Amino acid sequence: MDRNEFETLLHDFQRGRISRRQLIQVAGVGVASAIIAACAPAAVGPTPGATVQATAQPSAGATPVPTIDINADWTPPKGVDLGDTVGVTTWPNYHDPKTLARFKELTGVTVELTIFGSNEEMLALLLVGGTGWDVLVPTNYTFKTYAGVGIIEKLDFTKIPRYDAARYDARLLTPAFYPAGSANQYGFNKDWGTTGFTVNTKHVTTPITTWKEFFARAQTDLSGKVMIHDYQLTSIGSALVAVGHSFNSVDKAELAEAEALLKAVKPHLFAINSDYQPSMRNGDAWVSMTWTNDAVQLHRDIPEIEYIIAADGGEIWSDFFTILSTAPHREAAYAFLDFMATPKVMAQDAIFHGSPLLDKAAIALLPATSTGNKISYPDTASLSKLEFGTAELLTSQARSDLWARVKSSA
Amino acid sequence: MTGREAGAGRRGRSRAVTALLLAPTSAWYLLLLVVPLLLLLVFSFGARAPEGGYAPALLLDNYLALPTRATAFVNTLWLAAGGTVLCLLVGYPLAYYLATRAGSKRTLLLVLVVVPFWTSFLIRTYAWITILGNTGIPAILDSLGLGRVVLINTPAAVLIGIVYNYLPLMVFPLYISLERLDKRLLEASKDLGAGRLATFRQVTLPLTSAGLLSGAILVFIPIMGEYVIPALLGGGKVFFVGNALVDLFLQSRNWPLGSALAIVLILVILTAVTFYLRVGSRAGIQREVSIL
Repeated sequence: MDRNEFETLLHDFQRGRISRRQLIQVAGVGVASAIIAACAPAAVGPTPGATVQATAQPSAGATPVPTIDINADWTPPKGVDLGDTVGVTTWPNYHDPKTLARFKELTGVTVELTIFGSNEEMLALLLVGGTGWDVLVPTNYTFKTYAGVGIIEKLDFTKIPRYDAARYDARLLTPAFYPAGSANQYGFNKDWGTTGFTVNTKHVTTPITTWKEFFARAQTDLSGKVMIHDYQLTSIGSALVAVGHSFNSVDKAELAEAEALLKAVKPHLFAINSDYQPSMRNGDAWVSMTWTNDAVQLHRDIPEIEYIIAADGGEIWSDFFTILSTAPHREAAYAFLDFMATPKVMAQDAIFHGSPLLDKAAIALLPATSTGNKISYPDTASLSKLEFGTAELLTSQARSDLWARVKSSA
Repeated sequence: MTGREAGAGRRGRSRAVTALLLAPTSAWYLLLLVVPLLLLLVFSFGARAPEGGYAPALLLDNYLALPTRATAFVNTLWLAAGGTVLCLLVGYPLAYYLATRAGSKRTLLLVLVVVPFWTSFLIRTYAWITILGNTGIPAILDSLGLGRVVLINTPAAVLIGIVYNYLPLMVFPLYISLERLDKRLLEASKDLGAGRLATFRQVTLPLTSAGLLSGAILVFIPIMGEYVIPALLGGGKVFFVGNALVDLFLQSRNWPLGSALAIVLILVILTAVTFYLRVGSRAGIQREVSIL
């Protein structure tokens, strides 16, 4: 890594675009492929057909991850000037550098990743405008607002021929934010997942099965060992579930109960931080609120860290590929979406990030270690009580103020 | 032309030249300091727009809501004051040694004080997460049979981070004032029968109070606005006003409340600095607070 790359990286880090984990992986360990692969010249991208490639998975002793040959199946649209960059705004550890490098190889378009920690932070910048981003990977509950305010555009699916709604798992496509197969789609699913918690079973021998137990044990025998997200959606939502209400409640009295619980728990927490992997890995924290993809990565490297979908409810989510209506590189953005809609590419990406897919053709390409993984593909019964976040949670002042009060409480 | 007219002409020209020379600075401050501050003031009386941001209004609500942020102010003030005092307690002996005893090693030691600055502030602070975390100092203490302590995500961790990062800002002004100290005064004090402690208290300390004050201000003001150290070493639990501001602007998108908080933070810092300078001027050293 040269000085310029390092400075860019550091700058991204300071702006909160990438997580600590990535910075240390990239800057410290020198796995240059982690985030800058997309920005690096094609020469350092993967050679066609290569199956062994450094990925951003850090832990020593991790089981080798299978790869899928992503060289076939996709060709750039003919007669279209794609330009040379496309800005993709997304989440940490969410795109395989190999697929991004392959896109660059095929199109000459460099994918510039901007990494965020929450939809709310994304929205803060989107409302100010002038971001210069093209592709956005927002979560379901932001959809209505983004479409309503005109931040994202209705997709022109003639430019995304590899996408086929018929391949997508209809069971997960029912929420109102996503009129499946309709001509009015603002995006298509990248993947989905749940928000449960990881437990280090070496230290925690009595099982925790519900959010109610999670918050109760955090104040008693697990005091000082539990983490929750620095994220109003999941932390307030799960606390609401713990006191017996809907993950999506905006009812004043119910929110007050959740606030009381969060304030009571706060002094007992190890930390309030959405970057919980490092603390779970080094043993500082024994239990943490966790998203599916992080759970897959943690469990893969440290088998005694197990993932629990709470029996009393919680969040189920899906992230989408969308295009900003202000996208300066619209053609490249469509080409990128079409590339990502290709089953082989989607499957390769899923092996990297660990979240389950909806595209049956892509799922069929996954190795048994992925599809047989109960963290990624849990029994349908365990999902029955989970709720998709609703649109009003993104803009609800009651919830965001509540969270700010919890954060600044003693 | 009389001499007086010529003089007036020169004065006029020189005034024009002065104005021209000051124009870039003035424009800079006007556009990038005064105007934003005024905007902040206007925003602080506004309301939050439905999707977040600012909607015009004339409300006092934001200021009335600030008591809910009292913990952040208390944390900031006591950790900033505590951090400044600790920097002083650690920095003074070091500066004293550098200025009086280091001899030929002085340049080398001064460079060593600066060397950490060559690495990013952020990376150095990150290093402390590992040092203070479960596998760092607590593990060492545990293996020595001293029991398990929790350091990371506590006020102590934030204080350690503060002292570590801000120490050089305290050491240098102190070093300069100690270096300038006329050593003959110390000899005179000794000749007149004062012991080491009395000399330090009655001669060294008063004569280096300018450096002490500069160092204290250089350390205190940035800590008051600190965001990174509590965010990394406080784990979202040791919360500064700076962290509250980031949350209000980026997560809650409640710009008006954030603006009110920022205005009050500025006022608190101004009050604190005025207090420092008052103390300084009472001691008759204000003019010597040269670094400012």
